[in-house]
Amino acid sequence: MSQSLATVAYLGAAILFILSLGGLSNPETSRRGNLFGMVGMALAVLATVFGPRVSPSGIAWIVGALVVGGGIGLYAAKVVKMTQMPELVALMHSLVGLAACLVGFASYVDTSIQLQGAEKAIHEVEIYVGILIGAVTFSGSLIAFGKLNGKIGGKPLLLPARHWLNLAGLLVVVWFGREFLNAHDVQSGMLPLVVMTVIALLFGIHMVMAIGGADMPVVVSMLNSYSGWAAAATGFMLSNDLLIVTGALVGSSGAILSYIMCSAMNRNFISVIAGGFGSGGGTPAKSGEAAEPQGEVVPVSAAETAELLREAKNVIIVPGYGMAVAQAQHTVNEITQTLRGKGVNVRFGIHPVAGRMPGHMNVLLAEAKVPYDIVMEMDEINEDFPDTDVAMVIGANDIVNPSALEDPASPIAGMPVLEVWKAKTSIVMKRSMASGYAGVDNPLFYKENNRMLFGDAKKMLDEVLGALKG
Amino acid sequence: MQTSPTPPGQRIGVPRETFHGEKRVATVPDVVEKLIKLGFRVAVETGAGDAAHCSDDAYRAAGAEVLPDANALWAASDIVLKVRPPSSDEVALMREGGTLIGFVWPAQNPELMQQLTAKNATVLAIDCLPRTLSRAQKMDALTSTAGVSGYRAVIEAANAFGRYFNGQITAAGKVPPAKVFIAGAGVAGLAAIGTAANLGAIVRANDTRAEVADQVKSLGGEFVKVDYEEDGAGGGGYAKVMSEGFQAAQRQMYATQAKDVDIIITTALIPGKPAPKLISAEMVQSMKPGSVIVDMAAEQGGNCELTVPGEAVVRHGVTIIGYTDLASRLAKQSSTLYATNLLRLVEELCKAKDGVAVVNMEDDAIRGLTVTKDGAITWPAPPLKAAPVPAPKPAAPVAEKKGGHGHGSSGPMPAKTLAILFAVAALAFWFVGAYAPAAFLGHFTVFVLACFIGYMVVWNVTPALHTPLMSVTNAISSIIAIGALVQIAPPEAGINGRPDGLILWLAFAGTVLTAVNMFGGFAVTRRMLAMFRK
Repeated sequence: MSQSLATVAYLGAAILFILSLGGLSNPETSRRGNLFGMVGMALAVLATVFGPRVSPSGIAWIVGALVVGGGIGLYAAKVVKMTQMPELVALMHSLVGLAACLVGFASYVDTSIQLQGAEKAIHEVEIYVGILIGAVTFSGSLIAFGKLNGKIGGKPLLLPARHWLNLAGLLVVVWFGREFLNAHDVQSGMLPLVVMTVIALLFGIHMVMAIGGADMPVVVSMLNSYSGWAAAATGFMLSNDLLIVTGALVGSSGAILSYIMCSAMNRNFISVIAGGFGSGGGTPAKSGEAAEPQGEVVPVSAAETAELLREAKNVIIVPGYGMAVAQAQHTVNEITQTLRGKGVNVRFGIHPVAGRMPGHMNVLLAEAKVPYDIVMEMDEINEDFPDTDVAMVIGANDIVNPSALEDPASPIAGMPVLEVWKAKTSIVMKRSMASGYAGVDNPLFYKENNRMLFGDAKKMLDEVLGALKG
Repeated sequence: MQTSPTPPGQRIGVPRETFHGEKRVATVPDVVEKLIKLGFRVAVETGAGDAAHCSDDAYRAAGAEVLPDANALWAASDIVLKVRPPSSDEVALMREGGTLIGFVWPAQNPELMQQLTAKNATVLAIDCLPRTLSRAQKMDALTSTAGVSGYRAVIEAANAFGRYFNGQITAAGKVPPAKVFIAGAGVAGLAAIGTAANLGAIVRANDTRAEVADQVKSLGGEFVKVDYEEDGAGGGGYAKVMSEGFQAAQRQMYATQAKDVDIIITTALIPGKPAPKLISAEMVQSMKPGSVIVDMAAEQGGNCELTVPGEAVVRHGVTIIGYTDLASRLAKQSSTLYATNLLRLVEELCKAKDGVAVVNMEDDAIRGLTVTKDGAITWPAPPLKAAPVPAPKPAAPVAEKKGGHGHGSSGPMPAKTLAILFAVAALAFWFVGAYAPAAFLGHFTVFVLACFIGYMVVWNVTPALHTPLMSVTNAISSIIAIGALVQIAPPEAGINGRPDGLILWLAFAGTVLTAVNMFGGFAVTRRMLAMFRK
């Protein structure tokens, strides 16, 4: 295959990738969108393998690599539980980051590329930046993976003077970057490159360690963005437009997701990255005097909950991370079906940051076969709470906290929330009275029209379902 | 009173209703407590709640003062809560510049409006509430009154009807269930459907608005269609006048039903017009002896030709009930609901909870309610600024966010920020253009344009698919495999002492890693998307 043919194949692949993302605008077209992505990827790989840049001796290696890697990937995709999606996605980001590092190093030690002057400098900057982003993505994603599956505690780790540490790291990276550019041969350039890689790895670890559990959706989408930029940097390094285009697509997609997540929490992107939210020290301590809880909570039993649901005409269910932890989505679906069979109008209200990654709740509900046309976004459904008889909150806390709107001193003030307290009755399912990730007490629990159903969400919902059917 | 430590708020007065036979009262002791919590003082005329089973003692216990007569009460009150529109005697007692909240019906009572303006009064007519505002529903006294009336209509019918409602098979023989036909499925009609169905009757209902059929079914009724295509929704939840052809078909349907059913309850009203005559004298004649008609539209002339407003009469062996005070006949219940509606209204007026009512004319709900303000007629209110129908909602927030992306604010960014941004971008571009070699510029162009395409495409992704978006972009980012592939065995192998072995292994590892991503990412996305179904 000639160079020109390979180039047009790359162009076709780029268009297919764009169509693939475009297809996700609607669940109907999304499956085709995914298919476009697969075709595009197959086209790109085949064009490369049979193109002028790969000599026939390499094909065996490539097939071997694809079979090994593909087998692992397909197996993982098959066994992963939908509740573990955030972990899987984070882990996969780390692979892209690591691959970017490897390609960067391989490109650096490749002496067959002979460049001079500005071109050489630019090529080396590209390598340097590519490895930097790749390393940050790799270590950051690994830590995010650990935090998401609970191997590392969700609490933010706050080193003293952490902003200065980061700044110092950046200066060292810049200084070694100069050293790297001034190096005359591969051997002398290797030291700055390795030092920078280590610092980048440490920076990635430090950055994600400092971020609290509630901000994980932002982190996951940010790492998504980084893996795109890493691909784009590799594209510059290898002068490959397809890599640049695809990296830019993925990068801007992740950036937009991060932005959406941040605005859903009314937080500044910089302050999320700087970390320290929900730490117990710092901001939340101030809320003490402002939001001292008043009144008593009214607990209810599962049977009473079933009674309330049965007599309601309009029900809105607000799921949160607790539903994912308890694996309760299938029971939720059965309750929904039972109530709909009785003529109750059941809908779901999804907060943009419910769960641990963007759209987490939608995926879980889809897995349980809840029809997606009754699953509403926050903006679509918030006005309907006053007409709702029962709003059932399953394992969510901060996203239904009225102090975000009512208490300007609250650390989550101004964050848009689902206004469940406007329903005639709200029922909150919770294990205990502990506060959410933001560490803020929730005045919702003390409202007159609120009821608390304590216990494991799955067990309680099973009882509710039993009472509904009985 | 004047010596109390905190300055007391405005006084809310509740007089005894003077309209003949009216048993309701504008507030009940439970609500008095809540009004006091808002910072108001509450005064009640003695005996105001007697007919609704709320004694003076109960009001006192709730914290209200009980005043001996209407003169004292009207004179002492800053705000008066009433049920019926005030009589001219009552308006005369009213304080200059006072506030009145209650039913007013400004369209039907122009003289009353004149008298109220002469008093420089501020009047909030609960009947003028913009009912289509969803947040106004808690104040919707028309709905709660209609619900009570619908319930009571069935009870009145059961009282006049000589049989069981539910069918039974007893040792003394088989009793067929009563058949009830309800004309008009508004709030009152729906309440009647639910009540009659709960008593065990076979319930049928009809309404010119086809969309209420599901509501009828949900309450246990059967929706009877008129055999003619036309929808009668006239905006604001009311019906409109129908065409000739439709009316003929409708008469035919009513005639058929009249012969079959035992009880007819009519609730058909068209705003600002006399009630439509649905049941003719012949239809009454065709009904079985002992049947009952409850005409809930009697006050507006009645849906039945033989209705006598305010009375129950027997014509052709059929009892025709034309009571106009059905809600008042369930005084305790309707008073409690009405009092709560007014409480919600007062809460809206007194957001500061300092016992001072503020009529905020910027608020759509309050604007609609206010028919006179400080002596100036403000009725009718202008139509609501925006239709509160949330139908085209999903697209709007996305479009809105577009403008503010990356700058922490929605809406167009200020000109200054924009200028700075452009200046920085121009400087960066100039820098790149001045120093970078031509080959780099080609890639740079591609990169910048691709960022913009990504930006445009991704904003269109529905939030429900954000997780699949992440996993598919993750899969796509394994395009980095190409970087590894071209390093495995390029044609330049061995040139310039290239460390082929090392590069091969690095590239091989990179290919394995990205292959995991590539296959795993697409497979898991496919699995997820297959789950999204209607």
